[in-house]
Amino acid sequence: MTAAGTKRDYSLVGESTRRAIETGLASAEWYHTDVARRTMKELMQRSDGPAIRDTVIWIAAILGSAAGIIWFWGMWWVVPFLFVYGVLYGSSSDSRWHECGHGTAFRTRWMNDVVYHIASFMLMRNPVQWRWSHARHHTDTIIVGRDAEISVMRPPDLLKAALAFTGILDFRYSLPTLVRQALGKLSDEEKSYIPEVEQGKAVVAASWHMVVYIATIAVAIALGSWIPLVLIGLPRLYGTWHMVMTGLLQHIGLADNVTDHRLNTRTVYMNPVSRFIYWNMNYHVEHHMFPMVPYHALPRLHELIKHDLPQPNPSVWHAYREVWPVLLRQLKYEDYYLKRELPPTAKPYRCEFHQVDVAAAAAE
Amino acid sequence: MADWVEACAVDDVDEEDVIRFDHGGRSFAIYRSPDDEFFATDGFCTHEKAHLADGLVMDDIIECPKHNGRFNYKTGQAKGAPVCVDLKTYPVKVEDGKVMIDIG
Repeated sequence: MTAAGTKRDYSLVGESTRRAIETGLASAEWYHTDVARRTMKELMQRSDGPAIRDTVIWIAAILGSAAGIIWFWGMWWVVPFLFVYGVLYGSSSDSRWHECGHGTAFRTRWMNDVVYHIASFMLMRNPVQWRWSHARHHTDTIIVGRDAEISVMRPPDLLKAALAFTGILDFRYSLPTLVRQALGKLSDEEKSYIPEVEQGKAVVAASWHMVVYIATIAVAIALGSWIPLVLIGLPRLYGTWHMVMTGLLQHIGLADNVTDHRLNTRTVYMNPVSRFIYWNMNYHVEHHMFPMVPYHALPRLHELIKHDLPQPNPSVWHAYREVWPVLLRQLKYEDYYLKRELPPTAKPYRCEFHQVDVAAAAAE
Repeated sequence: MADWVEACAVDDVDEEDVIRFDHGGRSFAIYRSPDDEFFATDGFCTHEKAHLADGLVMDDIIECPKHNGRFNYKTGQAKGAPVCVDLKTYPVKVEDGKVMIDIG
Protein backbone atom coordinates (compact mmCIF):
# COMPACT_ATOMS: atom_id res chain seq x y z
CA MET A 1 0.00 0.00 0.00
CA THR A 2 2.97 2.29 0.38
CA ALA A 3 5.81 2.84 -1.95
CA ALA A 4 8.91 4.91 -2.03
CA GLY A 5 7.34 8.01 -3.47
CA THR A 6 8.07 11.60 -4.24
CA LYS A 7 6.21 14.66 -3.11
CA ARG A 8 3.17 15.24 -5.21
CA ASP A 9 3.05 18.40 -7.27
CA TYR A 10 -0.59 19.28 -7.80
CA SER A 11 0.10 22.17 -10.13
CA LEU A 12 -1.35 21.57 -13.59
CA VAL A 13 1.76 22.88 -15.29
CA GLY A 14 4.47 21.30 -13.14
CA GLU A 15 6.58 18.20 -12.63
CA SER A 16 3.67 15.82 -12.00
CA THR A 17 2.01 17.08 -15.16
CA ARG A 18 5.09 16.28 -17.20
CA ARG A 19 5.39 12.85 -15.59
CA ALA A 20 1.70 12.03 -16.14
CA ILE A 21 2.01 12.86 -19.82
CA GLU A 22 5.27 10.93 -20.23
CA THR A 23 3.99 7.81 -18.47
CA GLY A 24 0.72 7.73 -20.40
CA LEU A 25 -1.46 8.48 -17.37
CA ALA A 26 -2.79 11.61 -19.04
CA SER A 27 -5.75 11.05 -21.38
CA ALA A 28 -5.41 7.31 -20.84
CA GLU A 29 -7.78 4.47 -21.66
CA TRP A 30 -9.90 3.74 -18.56
CA TYR A 31 -11.56 0.56 -17.39
CA HIS A 32 -15.27 0.10 -18.10
CA THR A 33 -17.48 -2.73 -16.92
CA ASP A 34 -19.00 -4.61 -19.82
CA VAL A 35 -22.58 -3.56 -20.48
CA ALA A 36 -24.44 -4.66 -23.59
CA ARG A 37 -24.91 -1.83 -26.07
CA ARG A 38 -28.71 -2.11 -26.10
CA THR A 39 -28.86 -1.98 -22.30
CA MET A 40 -26.50 0.97 -22.17
CA LYS A 41 -28.53 2.74 -24.83
CA GLU A 42 -31.62 2.35 -22.66
CA LEU A 43 -29.79 3.66 -19.61
CA MET A 44 -28.44 6.65 -21.51
CA GLN A 45 -31.86 7.71 -22.79
CA ARG A 46 -32.70 11.30 -21.95
CA SER A 47 -35.99 12.55 -20.67
CA ASP A 48 -37.14 15.97 -19.52
CA GLY A 49 -39.72 14.56 -17.12
CA PRO A 50 -37.69 13.63 -14.01
CA ALA A 51 -35.54 16.76 -14.11
CA ILE A 52 -38.54 19.08 -14.68
CA ARG A 53 -40.30 17.46 -11.71
CA ASP A 54 -37.20 17.77 -9.51
CA THR A 55 -36.49 21.32 -10.65
CA VAL A 56 -40.04 22.47 -9.93
CA ILE A 57 -39.74 20.99 -6.41
CA TRP A 58 -36.29 22.55 -6.04
CA ILE A 59 -37.36 26.05 -7.11
CA ALA A 60 -40.55 25.88 -5.03
CA ALA A 61 -38.53 24.88 -1.97
CA ILE A 62 -36.01 27.68 -2.61
CA LEU A 63 -38.73 30.31 -3.00
CA GLY A 64 -40.70 28.95 -0.04
CA SER A 65 -37.72 28.98 2.30
CA ALA A 66 -36.67 32.43 1.03
CA ALA A 67 -40.16 33.69 1.84
CA GLY A 68 -39.79 32.17 5.31
CA ILE A 69 -36.49 33.99 5.82
CA ILE A 70 -38.02 37.33 4.84
CA TRP A 71 -41.15 36.75 6.93
CA PHE A 72 -39.40 35.58 10.10
CA TRP A 73 -36.33 37.81 9.83
CA GLY A 74 -35.24 38.91 13.28
CA MET A 75 -36.93 35.95 15.01
CA TRP A 76 -35.61 32.55 16.02
CA TRP A 77 -38.09 31.01 13.61
CA VAL A 78 -35.86 32.16 10.80
CA VAL A 79 -33.26 29.48 11.66
CA PRO A 80 -34.96 26.44 10.08
CA PHE A 81 -35.68 28.47 6.95
CA LEU A 82 -32.05 29.54 6.77
CA PHE A 83 -31.05 25.90 7.18
CA VAL A 84 -33.25 24.73 4.30
CA TYR A 85 -32.54 27.69 2.02
CA GLY A 86 -28.82 27.48 2.69
CA VAL A 87 -28.60 23.80 1.73
CA LEU A 88 -30.75 24.28 -1.36
CA TYR A 89 -28.72 27.28 -2.49
CA GLY A 90 -25.24 26.36 -1.31
CA SER A 91 -25.29 22.58 -1.74
CA SER A 92 -27.96 21.24 -4.07
CA SER A 93 -26.87 23.78 -6.69
CA ASP A 94 -23.66 21.77 -7.00
CA SER A 95 -25.41 18.64 -8.26
CA ARG A 96 -27.60 20.72 -10.60
CA TRP A 97 -24.49 22.44 -11.93
CA HIS A 98 -22.87 19.05 -12.35
CA GLU A 99 -25.65 17.16 -14.09
CA CYS A 100 -26.67 20.06 -16.33
CA GLY A 101 -23.01 20.64 -17.17
CA HIS A 102 -22.87 17.09 -18.45
CA GLY A 103 -26.07 17.79 -20.37
CA THR A 104 -27.71 14.68 -19.01
CA ALA A 105 -30.33 16.05 -16.59
CA PHE A 106 -32.77 17.20 -19.26
CA ARG A 107 -33.17 15.96 -22.79
CA THR A 108 -33.69 19.53 -24.01
CA ARG A 109 -30.40 21.35 -24.30
CA TRP A 110 -31.57 24.84 -23.35
CA MET A 111 -33.07 23.52 -20.11
CA ASN A 112 -29.69 22.07 -19.16
CA ASP A 113 -28.02 25.36 -20.05
CA VAL A 114 -30.44 27.55 -18.08
CA VAL A 115 -30.16 25.48 -14.89
CA TYR A 116 -26.39 25.15 -15.40
CA HIS A 117 -25.92 28.93 -15.47
CA ILE A 118 -28.22 29.56 -12.50
CA ALA A 119 -26.46 26.87 -10.44
CA SER A 120 -23.02 28.16 -11.47
CA PHE A 121 -23.99 31.58 -10.20
CA MET A 122 -25.24 30.18 -6.90
CA LEU A 123 -21.93 28.37 -6.46
CA MET A 124 -19.78 31.37 -7.46
CA ARG A 125 -18.31 29.27 -10.22
CA ASN A 126 -17.39 30.61 -13.59
CA PRO A 127 -19.62 28.49 -15.85
CA VAL A 128 -17.10 28.46 -18.71
CA GLN A 129 -14.02 27.72 -16.62
CA TRP A 130 -15.69 24.98 -14.63
CA ARG A 131 -17.12 23.24 -17.67
CA TRP A 132 -13.58 22.73 -18.88
CA SER A 133 -12.10 21.85 -15.49
CA HIS A 134 -14.77 19.20 -15.09
CA ALA A 135 -14.03 17.76 -18.52
CA ARG A 136 -10.42 17.42 -17.39
CA HIS A 137 -11.59 15.79 -14.14
CA HIS A 138 -13.34 13.13 -16.20
CA THR A 139 -10.40 12.61 -18.54
CA ASP A 140 -7.80 12.37 -15.79
CA THR A 141 -9.66 11.55 -12.60
CA ILE A 142 -7.29 11.97 -9.62
CA ILE A 143 -4.25 11.94 -11.88
CA VAL A 144 -1.85 14.22 -10.02
CA GLY A 145 -0.76 17.17 -12.13
CA ARG A 146 -3.71 16.78 -14.50
CA ASP A 147 -6.96 16.72 -12.55
CA ALA A 148 -8.10 20.27 -11.76
CA GLU A 149 -10.67 19.13 -9.18
CA ILE A 150 -8.74 17.17 -6.56
CA SER A 151 -10.35 18.44 -3.38
CA VAL A 152 -8.08 16.84 -0.77
CA MET A 153 -4.46 16.62 -1.78
CA ARG A 154 -1.76 14.57 -0.09
CA PRO A 155 -0.61 14.94 2.57
CA PRO A 156 -4.11 16.04 3.57
CA ASP A 157 -4.64 19.44 5.14
CA LEU A 158 -7.24 18.40 7.70
CA LEU A 159 -7.86 21.91 8.98
CA LYS A 160 -8.57 23.02 5.44
CA ALA A 161 -10.88 20.05 4.91
CA ALA A 162 -12.76 20.87 8.12
CA LEU A 163 -13.04 24.53 7.20
CA ALA A 164 -14.45 23.51 3.83
CA PHE A 165 -17.68 22.58 5.63
CA THR A 166 -18.13 26.24 6.54
CA GLY A 167 -17.59 27.39 2.98
CA ILE A 168 -15.12 30.04 4.16
CA LEU A 169 -12.14 28.84 2.14
CA ASP A 170 -14.12 28.24 -1.00
CA PHE A 171 -15.78 31.65 -0.67
CA ARG A 172 -12.37 33.25 -0.17
CA TYR A 173 -11.16 31.54 -3.32
CA SER A 174 -14.25 31.80 -5.51
CA LEU A 175 -15.11 35.47 -5.13
CA PRO A 176 -11.60 36.87 -5.76
CA THR A 177 -11.27 34.43 -8.67
CA LEU A 178 -14.43 35.81 -10.26
CA VAL A 179 -13.20 39.38 -9.69
CA ARG A 180 -9.85 38.56 -11.28
CA GLN A 181 -11.50 36.84 -14.23
CA ALA A 182 -13.97 39.69 -14.67
CA LEU A 183 -10.94 41.97 -14.99
CA GLY A 184 -9.78 39.80 -17.86
CA LYS A 185 -7.03 37.89 -16.08
CA LEU A 186 -6.96 34.11 -16.38
CA SER A 187 -4.23 32.18 -14.57
CA ASP A 188 -1.77 29.91 -16.37
CA GLU A 189 -3.50 26.88 -14.84
CA GLU A 190 -6.90 28.03 -16.10
CA LYS A 191 -5.40 28.60 -19.53
CA SER A 192 -4.01 25.05 -19.43
CA TYR A 193 -7.50 23.56 -19.66
CA ILE A 194 -9.68 26.34 -21.13
CA PRO A 195 -9.17 26.47 -24.91
CA GLU A 196 -8.17 29.86 -26.25
CA VAL A 197 -11.44 30.31 -28.14
CA GLU A 198 -13.35 29.92 -24.87
CA GLN A 199 -11.23 32.20 -22.67
CA GLY A 200 -13.06 35.37 -23.69
CA LYS A 201 -16.37 33.73 -22.77
CA ALA A 202 -14.99 32.96 -19.30
CA VAL A 203 -14.23 36.67 -18.78
CA VAL A 204 -17.73 37.69 -19.92
CA ALA A 205 -19.37 35.12 -17.63
CA ALA A 206 -17.38 36.31 -14.62
CA SER A 207 -18.37 39.90 -15.42
CA TRP A 208 -22.07 39.02 -15.37
CA HIS A 209 -21.70 37.36 -11.99
CA MET A 210 -20.02 40.46 -10.63
CA VAL A 211 -22.79 42.68 -11.99
CA VAL A 212 -25.39 40.68 -10.04
CA TYR A 213 -23.32 40.76 -6.84
CA ILE A 214 -22.77 44.50 -7.11
CA ALA A 215 -26.50 45.00 -7.70
CA THR A 216 -27.28 42.84 -4.64
CA ILE A 217 -24.93 44.89 -2.46
CA ALA A 218 -26.50 48.09 -3.80
CA VAL A 219 -30.00 46.84 -2.94
CA ALA A 220 -28.84 45.80 0.55
CA ILE A 221 -27.39 49.27 1.16
CA ALA A 222 -30.47 50.99 -0.26
CA LEU A 223 -32.78 48.92 1.96
CA GLY A 224 -30.46 49.07 4.95
CA SER A 225 -30.97 45.29 5.27
CA TRP A 226 -28.83 42.16 5.28
CA ILE A 227 -31.61 40.13 3.69
CA PRO A 228 -30.51 40.54 0.04
CA LEU A 229 -27.04 39.27 0.95
CA VAL A 230 -28.40 36.45 3.08
CA LEU A 231 -30.42 35.35 0.04
CA ILE A 232 -27.78 35.96 -2.63
CA GLY A 233 -24.11 35.19 -2.02
CA LEU A 234 -23.90 34.34 1.66
CA PRO A 235 -25.66 30.94 1.36
CA ARG A 236 -22.40 29.93 -0.30
CA LEU A 237 -21.05 30.12 3.26
CA TYR A 238 -23.79 28.86 5.53
CA GLY A 239 -25.35 26.27 3.24
CA THR A 240 -22.37 24.57 1.70
CA TRP A 241 -21.84 21.85 4.31
CA HIS A 242 -23.97 19.21 2.61
CA MET A 243 -22.15 19.64 -0.68
CA VAL A 244 -18.82 19.24 1.09
CA MET A 245 -20.02 16.30 3.18
CA THR A 246 -21.09 14.36 0.12
CA GLY A 247 -18.57 15.73 -2.35
CA LEU A 248 -15.46 15.01 -0.31
CA LEU A 249 -16.39 11.34 -0.22
CA GLN A 250 -16.20 11.03 -3.99
CA HIS A 251 -12.46 10.38 -4.01
CA ILE A 252 -10.93 11.20 -0.60
CA GLY A 253 -8.32 8.77 0.70
CA LEU A 254 -8.49 6.50 -2.33
CA ALA A 255 -5.79 5.66 -4.85
CA ASP A 256 -4.40 8.31 -7.17
CA ASN A 257 -2.71 7.83 -10.54
CA VAL A 258 -4.73 4.74 -11.45
CA THR A 259 -6.88 4.37 -14.56
CA ASP A 260 -9.77 2.54 -12.98
CA HIS A 261 -12.63 4.42 -11.31
CA ARG A 262 -13.35 1.45 -9.10
CA LEU A 263 -10.13 2.20 -7.22
CA ASN A 264 -10.15 5.99 -7.00
CA THR A 265 -13.86 6.73 -6.68
CA ARG A 266 -16.43 5.84 -4.04
CA THR A 267 -20.09 4.89 -4.16
CA VAL A 268 -21.96 5.52 -0.92
CA TYR A 269 -25.55 4.59 -0.10
CA MET A 270 -27.42 7.64 1.16
CA ASN A 271 -30.85 8.58 2.47
CA PRO A 272 -33.48 9.85 -0.01
CA VAL A 273 -33.21 13.49 1.08
CA SER A 274 -29.45 13.56 0.53
CA ARG A 275 -29.93 11.78 -2.76
CA PHE A 276 -32.40 14.48 -3.86
CA ILE A 277 -29.96 17.21 -2.84
CA TYR A 278 -27.09 15.34 -4.49
CA TRP A 279 -29.08 14.11 -7.49
CA ASN A 280 -27.88 10.52 -7.06
CA MET A 281 -24.20 11.42 -7.39
CA ASN A 282 -23.61 9.09 -4.47
CA TYR A 283 -23.39 6.47 -7.26
CA HIS A 284 -20.13 8.05 -8.15
CA VAL A 285 -18.17 5.12 -9.53
CA GLU A 286 -21.05 4.48 -11.88
CA HIS A 287 -21.18 8.14 -12.89
CA HIS A 288 -17.47 8.30 -13.68
CA MET A 289 -17.48 5.06 -15.58
CA PHE A 290 -20.53 6.04 -17.66
CA PRO A 291 -21.02 9.82 -17.55
CA MET A 292 -23.66 9.56 -20.27
CA VAL A 293 -26.15 7.96 -17.90
CA PRO A 294 -28.52 10.55 -16.39
CA TYR A 295 -28.80 10.88 -12.63
CA HIS A 296 -32.23 9.24 -12.49
CA ALA A 297 -30.89 6.07 -14.16
CA LEU A 298 -27.86 5.67 -11.90
CA PRO A 299 -29.60 3.38 -9.37
CA ARG A 300 -30.49 1.02 -12.25
CA LEU A 301 -26.94 1.16 -13.58
CA HIS A 302 -25.64 0.42 -10.09
CA GLU A 303 -27.78 -2.72 -9.84
CA LEU A 304 -26.52 -3.84 -13.21
CA ILE A 305 -22.78 -3.50 -12.61
CA LYS A 306 -22.34 -3.79 -8.86
CA HIS A 307 -20.90 -7.30 -9.25
CA ASP A 308 -17.88 -5.63 -10.81
CA LEU A 309 -17.47 -2.82 -8.27
CA PRO A 310 -16.14 -2.59 -4.72
CA GLN A 311 -18.75 -2.90 -2.00
CA PRO A 312 -20.34 0.56 -1.56
CA ASN A 313 -20.12 2.24 1.82
CA PRO A 314 -23.48 1.70 3.52
CA SER A 315 -23.67 5.28 4.83
CA VAL A 316 -21.92 8.64 4.87
CA TRP A 317 -20.94 8.02 8.49
CA HIS A 318 -19.42 4.65 7.60
CA ALA A 319 -17.43 6.19 4.75
CA TYR A 320 -15.95 8.90 6.98
CA ARG A 321 -15.14 6.41 9.73
CA GLU A 322 -13.39 4.25 7.20
CA VAL A 323 -11.33 7.04 5.68
CA TRP A 324 -10.41 8.95 8.84
CA PRO A 325 -7.51 6.66 9.90
CA VAL A 326 -6.26 6.68 6.32
CA LEU A 327 -6.09 10.47 6.33
CA LEU A 328 -4.25 10.45 9.64
CA ARG A 329 -1.72 8.03 8.24
CA GLN A 330 -1.31 10.07 5.08
CA LEU A 331 -0.12 12.95 7.24
CA LYS A 332 3.09 10.95 7.73
CA TYR A 333 3.09 8.76 4.64
CA GLU A 334 1.47 10.50 1.76
CA ASP A 335 1.71 7.41 -0.46
CA TYR A 336 -0.65 5.53 1.84
CA TYR A 337 -4.22 5.12 0.58
CA LEU A 338 -7.39 3.15 1.10
CA LYS A 339 -7.31 0.20 -1.21
CA ARG A 340 -10.71 -0.69 -2.59
CA GLU A 341 -11.20 -4.43 -2.61
CA LEU A 342 -12.82 -5.77 -5.73
CA PRO A 343 -15.29 -8.63 -5.25
CA PRO A 344 -14.46 -12.10 -6.61
CA THR A 345 -16.99 -11.49 -9.39
CA ALA A 346 -15.10 -8.41 -10.62
CA LYS A 347 -12.53 -8.18 -13.34
CA PRO A 348 -9.16 -7.28 -11.78
CA TYR A 349 -7.41 -3.95 -12.17
CA ARG A 350 -5.63 -3.77 -15.51
CA CYS A 351 -7.11 -7.09 -16.54
CA GLU A 352 -5.01 -7.12 -19.70
CA PHE A 353 -1.97 -7.80 -17.49
CA HIS A 354 -3.77 -10.68 -15.82
CA GLN A 355 -4.76 -12.09 -19.19
CA VAL A 356 -1.10 -12.00 -20.23
CA ASP A 357 -0.22 -13.86 -17.04
CA VAL A 358 -2.84 -16.51 -17.67
CA ALA A 359 -1.70 -16.97 -21.26
CA ALA A 360 1.93 -17.20 -20.18
CA ALA A 361 1.10 -19.72 -17.46
CA ALA A 362 -0.88 -21.82 -19.92
CA ALA A 363 2.05 -21.84 -22.32
CA GLU A 364 4.44 -23.15 -19.66
CA MET B 1 -11.50 10.82 -56.06
CA ALA B 2 -14.34 8.66 -54.77
CA ASP B 3 -13.37 5.55 -52.86
CA TRP B 4 -16.54 3.71 -51.87
CA VAL B 5 -16.19 0.93 -49.33
CA GLU B 6 -18.77 -1.33 -47.78
CA ALA B 7 -19.17 -0.37 -44.13
CA CYS B 8 -21.93 -2.69 -42.92
CA ALA B 9 -25.31 -4.16 -43.72
CA VAL B 10 -28.35 -1.95 -43.28
CA ASP B 11 -29.63 -4.16 -40.46
CA ASP B 12 -26.38 -3.88 -38.52
CA VAL B 13 -27.38 -0.43 -37.30
CA ASP B 14 -30.49 0.06 -35.20
CA GLU B 15 -32.68 3.03 -35.85
CA GLU B 16 -31.39 6.15 -34.03
CA ASP B 17 -28.09 4.44 -33.27
CA VAL B 18 -24.47 4.27 -34.32
CA ILE B 19 -21.84 1.58 -34.90
CA ARG B 20 -18.10 1.57 -35.37
CA PHE B 21 -16.43 0.78 -38.69
CA ASP B 22 -12.67 0.41 -39.02
CA HIS B 23 -10.96 0.39 -42.39
CA GLY B 24 -7.38 0.88 -43.53
CA GLY B 25 -6.15 2.04 -40.14
CA ARG B 26 -8.95 4.59 -39.87
CA SER B 27 -12.04 4.50 -37.73
CA PHE B 28 -15.50 5.75 -38.63
CA ALA B 29 -18.93 6.02 -37.06
CA ILE B 30 -21.96 4.94 -39.11
CA TYR B 31 -25.30 6.41 -38.06
CA ARG B 32 -28.90 5.50 -38.77
CA SER B 33 -31.18 8.45 -38.15
CA PRO B 34 -34.74 8.21 -36.73
CA ASP B 35 -36.04 8.80 -40.29
CA ASP B 36 -34.03 5.82 -41.52
CA GLU B 37 -31.22 7.64 -43.32
CA PHE B 38 -27.56 6.70 -43.02
CA PHE B 39 -24.64 9.01 -42.29
CA ALA B 40 -20.93 8.62 -41.60
CA THR B 41 -18.35 10.65 -39.70
CA ASP B 42 -14.87 10.17 -38.32
CA GLY B 43 -15.07 7.72 -35.45
CA PHE B 44 -13.26 9.65 -32.76
CA CYS B 45 -14.43 12.79 -31.01
CA THR B 46 -12.45 15.90 -31.98
CA HIS B 47 -12.05 16.84 -28.31
CA GLU B 48 -10.34 13.75 -26.89
CA LYS B 49 -9.86 10.21 -28.00
CA ALA B 50 -13.24 8.64 -27.33
CA HIS B 51 -15.09 6.64 -29.95
CA LEU B 52 -18.46 8.07 -30.87
CA ALA B 53 -19.89 4.60 -31.48
CA ASP B 54 -20.16 4.31 -27.69
CA GLY B 55 -22.17 7.52 -27.59
CA LEU B 56 -25.84 8.36 -27.74
CA VAL B 57 -27.78 9.29 -30.88
CA MET B 58 -30.66 11.69 -30.28
CA ASP B 59 -32.43 12.97 -33.39
CA ASP B 60 -29.59 14.41 -35.49
CA ILE B 61 -27.12 14.67 -32.59
CA ILE B 62 -24.37 12.29 -31.52
CA GLU B 63 -23.18 12.78 -27.96
CA CYS B 64 -19.67 11.70 -27.08
CA PRO B 65 -19.53 9.10 -24.30
CA LYS B 66 -16.62 10.71 -22.48
CA HIS B 67 -17.50 14.38 -21.93
CA ASN B 68 -20.96 14.60 -23.50
CA GLY B 69 -19.72 16.82 -26.32
CA ARG B 70 -22.37 17.04 -29.04
CA PHE B 71 -22.11 17.06 -32.82
CA ASN B 72 -24.67 17.14 -35.58
CA TYR B 73 -23.71 13.89 -37.27
CA LYS B 74 -25.39 14.96 -40.53
CA THR B 75 -23.21 18.05 -40.94
CA GLY B 76 -20.37 17.33 -38.50
CA GLN B 77 -21.00 20.63 -36.74
CA ALA B 78 -19.71 20.86 -33.15
CA LYS B 79 -22.56 22.09 -30.97
CA GLY B 80 -20.57 23.68 -28.14
CA ALA B 81 -18.19 23.02 -25.25
CA PRO B 82 -16.38 20.80 -24.69
CA VAL B 83 -16.22 20.23 -28.42
CA CYS B 84 -15.01 23.13 -30.54
CA VAL B 85 -13.82 21.41 -33.75
CA ASP B 86 -16.28 20.01 -36.28
CA LEU B 87 -16.34 16.32 -37.20
CA LYS B 88 -15.41 15.23 -40.70
CA THR B 89 -18.36 13.68 -42.51
CA TYR B 90 -18.38 11.25 -45.43
CA PRO B 91 -20.86 10.65 -48.27
CA VAL B 92 -23.01 7.55 -47.76
CA LYS B 93 -25.17 5.47 -50.09
CA VAL B 94 -27.17 2.28 -49.62
CA GLU B 95 -26.91 -0.43 -52.28
CA ASP B 96 -28.41 -3.92 -52.09
CA GLY B 97 -28.89 -3.69 -48.35
CA LYS B 98 -25.28 -2.55 -47.81
CA VAL B 99 -24.17 0.79 -46.39
CA MET B 100 -21.35 2.23 -48.50
CA ILE B 101 -19.21 5.21 -47.51
CA ASP B 102 -16.89 7.28 -49.64
CA ILE B 103 -13.63 7.55 -47.71
CA GLY B 104 -11.75 9.11 -50.59
